[in-house]
Amino acid sequence: MNLAEIRDLHLGAVTDSGRKVEIIKGVSLDIAPGEIVALIGESGSGKTTIALSLMGHVRQGCHFESGSVTVDGTDMVTANETARARMRGTTVAYVPQSAAAGFNPAKKLMDQVVEVAKIHSLMPLDQARAKAVDIFRALALPDPENIGDRYPHQVSGGQLQRLAAAMALIGDPKLVIFDEPTTALDVTTQIEVLRAFKSVMKNGGMAGVYVSHDLAVVAQIADRIIVLKGGEIQEQGSATQILEAAGHPYTRSLLSAFKPDARVARAQDVDQLGGIVLAADQITAGYGPVDRHGRPHKIALHQVSCNLERGRNLGVIGESGSGKSTLARCMAGLLPPVSGTVSLGGNDLAPQVQRRSKEELRRLQIVFQLADTALNPAQSIGDSIGRPLRFYHCMKGGAYDARIAELLDMVRLPGAMRHRLPGELSGGQKQRVNLARALAANPEVILCDEITSALDTVVAAAVIDLLKELQRDLNLSYVFISHDLSTVEAICDDVMVMHHGRVVETLPAAGLHQAARDPYSKLLFASVPKLDIGWLDRLTQDPDFTAAMAAR
Amino acid sequence: MAIVFPTPRRLGWRLNPVGLVAACVIAFWAVIAVIGPWITPHPPGEIVDYDFFGPLSAQFPMGTDYLGRDMLSRVFSGARYSVGISLAAVMIACTAGIVLGMSAAVIGGMTDTIISRLLDAISSIPSKLFGLVVVAAIGSSIPVLIAVLAVVYTPGSYRFARALAVNVATMDYVTVARARGEATIYLIRAEILPNILGPVLADMGLRFVFVVLLLSGLSFLGLGVQPPNADWGSLVRENMGGLSFGAPAVIMPSVAIATLTISVNLLIDNLPTRIRDRSE
Repeated sequence: MNLAEIRDLHLGAVTDSGRKVEIIKGVSLDIAPGEIVALIGESGSGKTTIALSLMGHVRQGCHFESGSVTVDGTDMVTANETARARMRGTTVAYVPQSAAAGFNPAKKLMDQVVEVAKIHSLMPLDQARAKAVDIFRALALPDPENIGDRYPHQVSGGQLQRLAAAMALIGDPKLVIFDEPTTALDVTTQIEVLRAFKSVMKNGGMAGVYVSHDLAVVAQIADRIIVLKGGEIQEQGSATQILEAAGHPYTRSLLSAFKPDARVARAQDVDQLGGIVLAADQITAGYGPVDRHGRPHKIALHQVSCNLERGRNLGVIGESGSGKSTLARCMAGLLPPVSGTVSLGGNDLAPQVQRRSKEELRRLQIVFQLADTALNPAQSIGDSIGRPLRFYHCMKGGAYDARIAELLDMVRLPGAMRHRLPGELSGGQKQRVNLARALAANPEVILCDEITSALDTVVAAAVIDLLKELQRDLNLSYVFISHDLSTVEAICDDVMVMHHGRVVETLPAAGLHQAARDPYSKLLFASVPKLDIGWLDRLTQDPDFTAAMAAR
Repeated sequence: MAIVFPTPRRLGWRLNPVGLVAACVIAFWAVIAVIGPWITPHPPGEIVDYDFFGPLSAQFPMGTDYLGRDMLSRVFSGARYSVGISLAAVMIACTAGIVLGMSAAVIGGMTDTIISRLLDAISSIPSKLFGLVVVAAIGSSIPVLIAVLAVVYTPGSYRFARALAVNVATMDYVTVARARGEATIYLIRAEILPNILGPVLADMGLRFVFVVLLLSGLSFLGLGVQPPNADWGSLVRENMGGLSFGAPAVIMPSVAIATLTISVNLLIDNLPTRIRDRSE
């Protein structure tokens, strides 16, 4: 007897323009008691929609069309709202992607965690609190007795995510839905959270649905993996089967995107060109009001130095808050540093962008993480790409049109796209347009600030390939900022590890793991999930790793 | 492949019925404001009826006023003052407010502080009192009225535009333009303005309504358009005495004010999706 059964589920939605679309096209799946099933796929594949249907919930604008979703003997599709509400929290529970958005900032954590017990009158409040403390302990939260007295802003992101899980577990659900619970976390934090989830689920004998786009994360926690695309199941099988003997081409493209080809350093080119194209020297910078000594309230960079050689790529890696984006802002002149200098091709640059010459600005371009917000929604693609042409090169008429067509071709977009608005493009296409806009200036250096982080794995891999190709053709140098080690390894020659605004060490990209000396970089490299089912268990048994984690 | 014609509906310019009716009413008053003096059935300034506060009749469709002048003619010729002065004032107020608001948001720092505090100071003066003092000091004329109304409504427009522009100014595409080395003028014109246009237009409509009401209020107090000319507010004031007789002379200009202001409100609530989407 399965705990949950979805049979031939069809879900429809009506778009703003009144068009009807089918978002789930006949999905059937089973979840046995105590089994953890992972739903994996890119954005828009319907993975979250299916997971939410297990609670009988559909998002605004969507509706059940046909099929059944049976959870613990109740059909969630036909059940009325009262019956569904009775099931939620006690039979099916939900852990959201953003725990920070899931907590009320004005209430203490304990009051929010025991809310499920209170609403469903499961047990007296004292007993619920005692139980919550037990769950906190099981989730390895620090100071389990008192952490409930804090407010959501007083705990870290990883702790908040575990508290969201505690909120879901308090009603002893038979099925827990995890909706990308570790996607927004740093790799080192992700390990703690994954480990806590895994042990709690295993000890409690609960069934789970784990929604994610990250195959390596899923491999650590799931018994069975279901690969989705376009609202249909592409392939399903045990975790080992999927990882080692994937049959479907889409699954294979997911797997291969996970291991991009490492960059082949071309020694002869480096000899030809040589020289340092971009250098930062002893940069200290920060945010907030400036004190008497001219130091800002919050220092984000402490005397950071780095060099980028012509034709080579520098990777900057670190967790959130390590100062890597601040470094890019200082280099681009958007945030004038308190002390230290940035030089381009041997000449020092003015700290503020207003004081730099047009020629200096042209040679150094920046591309941002969020493709959607980096394009003006009111300007057509052609106008966005064309602006640097007019601004830096004063191009007009036929040459201007021809250059736009050439730039679109360079980033592998059809020429007709120049008349579209950004809203009509997909995330990957928008990021290509952003690249084309940077290329329009004919730069020497492009600062890439997490440009692949918001993209799906397969799309991101294609963008990385494009970057490599452009580098070959146009002799560019990149500063590639990312929190994702595998993309940095794929494109960079040197990798600089940053932590708390300081440079930990700079290493050659080939053989990062062997060359790492500093305990923090060792920990960071070891924390990146691997496509290997036993990786998490082995890692947590490694005494060196546990010591480094504790010392963090 | 079927040929798709670019109808207003496909382009997102289609109005819903309520918006359409409202737009028609506004268009009607706009046309009257332009051609009013030529289509009046009687000369607006002349006494044409033996009776005062006359009822609705075929000869006088809106009745007659306290001197026996034709109300329809007076309302039509008053439209020019009410709509014209308000439109001029709202244009000046919103242009000034939006340009200052966007500049303050883009430049920031001291410039922002100085402009903001200055306009805060202006908005702290009660508007009717301000009108009263200015009119008492330099007398009432149409340019003075336009200037007073523009000054009163600039701070509100500035606040609104600045609040929107501050949000847009932190977007990555504005940062990219800054990093490219663009001048402030370009940032305002190409990056900020198109992205705040929808709500700013809606705010402009709303502000027009406020201006019509304030102008009518000032005229009602005797500070607005001076006799023998009359805008709708002055018409209400002149014919106040007829209120106790239920004379149409006092009701008709009030109806004119109400139809115009309500229509503007309804139109901005039902703007075409193409404009409304920009505000989201």
